[in-house]
Amino acid sequence: MSAVTSIAGLLKVSAEKKLPLWKTVQLTDCAEQDMSEADSWEKMKNMLSVMREADQSYDSRRRSLSGLSGGDGGKMEDYVRSGRSISGPLVGEIIAAALRMGECNACMKRIVAAPTAGACGVLPAVIIPCGKAMGLPDERLIEALYAAAGVGQVIALRASISGAQSGCQAEIGAASAMAAAALTHMAGGTSQQIANASALALKSLLGLVCDPVGGLVEVPCVKRNAAGAVIALTAAEMSLAGIESRVPPDEVIDAMREVGEKMSPTLRETAEGGLADTETARKFRERDEAAIRHGPGLT
Amino acid sequence: MSIFDILGPVMVGPSSSHTAGAVRMGQMTRRLLGGEPESAEILLSGSFALTGEGHGTPRAILAGLMGMDPDDERIPQSFELAGEHGIKFSFGTVNLRNAHPNSALIRAKRDGRGVEVGASSPGGGRIRVFSLDGLPTSFSGEVPTLIVRCEDRPGHVSRVTGAVAAQGINMSKLQVERDTRGGTALMVIECDQRIPYKVKVAISAIEGIYNVTRLNPGEESK
Ligand code: SF4
Repeated sequence: MSAVTSIAGLLKVSAEKKLPLWKTVQLTDCAEQDMSEADSWEKMKNMLSVMREADQSYDSRRRSLSGLSGGDGGKMEDYVRSGRSISGPLVGEIIAAALRMGECNACMKRIVAAPTAGACGVLPAVIIPCGKAMGLPDERLIEALYAAAGVGQVIALRASISGAQSGCQAEIGAASAMAAAALTHMAGGTSQQIANASALALKSLLGLVCDPVGGLVEVPCVKRNAAGAVIALTAAEMSLAGIESRVPPDEVIDAMREVGEKMSPTLRETAEGGLADTETARKFRERDEAAIRHGPGLT
Repeated sequence: MSIFDILGPVMVGPSSSHTAGAVRMGQMTRRLLGGEPESAEILLSGSFALTGEGHGTPRAILAGLMGMDPDDERIPQSFELAGEHGIKFSFGTVNLRNAHPNSALIRAKRDGRGVEVGASSPGGGRIRVFSLDGLPTSFSGEVPTLIVRCEDRPGHVSRVTGAVAAQGINMSKLQVERDTRGGTALMVIECDQRIPYKVKVAISAIEGIYNVTRLNPGEESK
């Protein structure tokens, strides 16, 4: 059983070699890519730095070329700071961080695709604020990124991580499963709990369609990052509490693939259905191309 | 597939196909031209034409033509930067029949020489060139690739491949296309090993060879 084609395989190899899940992911990839452990670690460390840089350079005044995105991360921050947040500062900050990263992507800033550009906000939104709140060293966050990547790789190989192929469940859904795995590792969960958390997250987003307004990676993508991040937190909490997914992770991933295959092509990134085919979306589409060209632009 | 295809690439948003892949198309054109263009005409097709503006596709292609990588934070300012560099550029749309929805035709000129590259970006930031100077072809540049434009005459294929083999390089794929008999021919040779400069020199010395481009992944070739 291979550690890259099934979660069960990943767990089996980890158990046999008595390695933490993240380490199995790293070693398997190093062997496959003929890369040293040190180089791989440096590369992963760089991913964390780029995520942080993007987060810190967020500018709430910046707008996307279409004018559809920007500013919401700032609104969320202000709200959390006001103390009125229902769920409190940590969850508030997770939501704000996801919006910030999604907007950075929409506004042509440098991001880490995780697993795609559209879903790039989910993973950093849980690991950065939670790492801070839990007082964890960066090493732990980097390990968590390996755990996330391992889960993402199995999803990519067994199903897909492309909205055009399987809908948004394969982008925000996969990102949420990856983030749940990362968070469970950070909290000291077992390999079983890490795998289980990813299944719980993915199950919650099964069936999510890809329906970007105007065909742009903005609406609903940016806000779905926030939802995906909070679902990851929910899944990690349940898994750490000892709650199990009745359907094991590999079967959930296979179900995701099947749902993707049954999904109408109009709901797979073609912008012909769902939110992309609403009255408002059509109005947006009809806007003169020139309006986009000479619109608010990148400020 | 590496885990860094899952966590990564590091790129400027918003879309791996419409932005990151578009930068790669520009870079590829720059390489086939042999340097920075003096002028460029960029024609977008399909989904690139429909949603390219909002995805920053024109800015991304131009950034690639200027040699920027997909993670370069100057990509959004490429219009202004191209202006400063004195690069003349224009955009339009074209209907490339039978091409992938995310496609573009890029015409670039430098030192009195021009290239026309037809390329598509199917996803994940990867690209595929499907036409070069009007001749059909298919290559991605993900493996070492040698592109030779020459006069169509007998013996050229064996002399060119001979020069490659003489350096101990194994060819994995050879494509030959020509416009008219005795006209211009295009050879695309994909190899298992990195292509050294010596090979380019040896091929360039053959009579009737117009132009040789080496594409070694991860290296900017001049
Ligand atoms: S709606 Fe489509 S484009 Fe947007 S994040 Fe989801 S899968 Fe990606």
